[in-house]
Amino acid sequence: MEKLDNLYREIIMEHYKNPRNKGLVDDSSYISVHIKNPSCGDDITVQTKFENGHVKDCRHDGHGCSICCSSASVMSETVIDKSVEEAKIIADNYLLMVTNKPYDETIDLEEAAVYSGVRQFPARIKCASIAWQAFVETLKKGA
Amino acid sequence: MEKNRYRLDFPQLQDKPLVYLDSAASALKPQVVIDAINHYYQDLSVNIHRGIYDEAYEATRLYEETREIVAKFINASPEEVIFTRGATSALNLVALSYGMNLTSEDEIITSELEHHSSVLPWQAIANKTKAKLVYVPLDSEGRITTESFKSVLSKKTKIVALTYVSNVMGYRTPLDEIIPLAHEIGAKVVVDAAQAAPHLKIDVRRLDVDFLAFSGHKMLGPTGVGVLYGKQELLNSMEPLELGGEMNEEVNKQHSVWKDSPYKFEAGTMPIASVIGLAKAVEYLTSAGIDTIEDYTKRIRNYAYQQLKKIEGIEIYNPTSDSSIIAFNIKNVHPHDAASYFAEKKVALRAGHHCAQLIIKWLGIEACLRASFYLYNTYEDADQLVQTAKAAVKFFRSVGFEG
Repeated sequence: MEKLDNLYREIIMEHYKNPRNKGLVDDSSYISVHIKNPSCGDDITVQTKFENGHVKDCRHDGHGCSICCSSASVMSETVIDKSVEEAKIIADNYLLMVTNKPYDETIDLEEAAVYSGVRQFPARIKCASIAWQAFVETLKKGA
Repeated sequence: MEKNRYRLDFPQLQDKPLVYLDSAASALKPQVVIDAINHYYQDLSVNIHRGIYDEAYEATRLYEETREIVAKFINASPEEVIFTRGATSALNLVALSYGMNLTSEDEIITSELEHHSSVLPWQAIANKTKAKLVYVPLDSEGRITTESFKSVLSKKTKIVALTYVSNVMGYRTPLDEIIPLAHEIGAKVVVDAAQAAPHLKIDVRRLDVDFLAFSGHKMLGPTGVGVLYGKQELLNSMEPLELGGEMNEEVNKQHSVWKDSPYKFEAGTMPIASVIGLAKAVEYLTSAGIDTIEDYTKRIRNYAYQQLKKIEGIEIYNPTSDSSIIAFNIKNVHPHDAASYFAEKKVALRAGHHCAQLIIKWLGIEACLRASFYLYNTYEDADQLVQTAKAAVKFFRSVGFEG
């Protein structure tokens, strides 16, 4: 069961049970992106507020499996207060990492690094990706 | 323990650990089906109905022989058997062709138990023609009953589009009672038999059903082929959706004439290898005996169910299923989390909404796990499911999923 233990790491479970920055705001200064994975029902909305070239705030809401929901929480904590550029580099590298593609290992993915275990579960890559993809979309739309 | 007499016929089950419990999605293929497909590609490989050489003749013979074999399988005439890409294409053909005759005065009856391929074409037709889409109220178990069907049947009903066996709950619709009631008021009945064809003896004459659809790949056959049965006069009245090669009798600059059914519905080059393979699947099922298979499969399902229901932390949604499906969840564990655990143990289950979001919503859940059994499954497979479910509950509680 080593692979599964590596997937359901403590940090992931902690964020799953106590998600940070969860709940959307009714504020037009936030850029909102909704992504749905229709095959499994994962459904995540990410809201990002950019200010002076930085990620001032990042919120998320939705439902899905533990990997999907926890990664939204970890993502929000990771990107808040980063410059847009830093946040983009982290997001891009994270997405490369979970999809098992070559990525820049010198970039500090912080807590998001624990999702490397997902690579051994190709069926779960989508779960670990959608919150980050939604964040990248908010960057494209608003940063 | 009863010995499984079919298992040796399935090459995939010979030399690797696989507890395959996803046959309701797609069944494994016996060697005879694989051989038939290979025979077409290795020895024939040519088009049908066109060439005048031996290979073309033989390919055509096998293709048309399949139509006869399938017709016999469901007690229809060969002219009433149309090959399609699958049940989805077949159901879409009925809706998009026959359904276009509906008006805003008409009603279509369907149910929340439907697979998307049974409900979405009619939803689209309802939106296009302004006909009203009406849902049979399900009973407390989630079943379609004759009584609840009567409560929505009206003089306005023109189409009844229902599943024969639900792909999530495994419930069998009382079509024997519903079809005559629908006919009394002149409605046509379209049945999605994708889950029924692998498990039940289908007799379209006895049912007196107007249209019935199923897929090859769920009944040991190849992917890419399905069947639409339709009563001859209805098929004759319908316009084909796809126009092109081989479906026409005469082509002029402004007006052309179609062949008779079934050929007018089989435009272009059909999935010949898959059709030929389907014949072998039907023959396999017939020789094994559908009733024998169903009896065996249900016993394994019930054996698994009896143990599964005793596990604390397992929630089962269809205790009284009529078919070999168990729909369940580990409490407070998303089915995708759970399915990864089962997959690690080489137990292949389906997780998600099973292309039937309406029943998932009816159940008030986000998604669920589905174990479905078929003739090649064993009591050991059922044991494996139960043991893995026990271990999964323990694992998820240990990493912090609440009980």
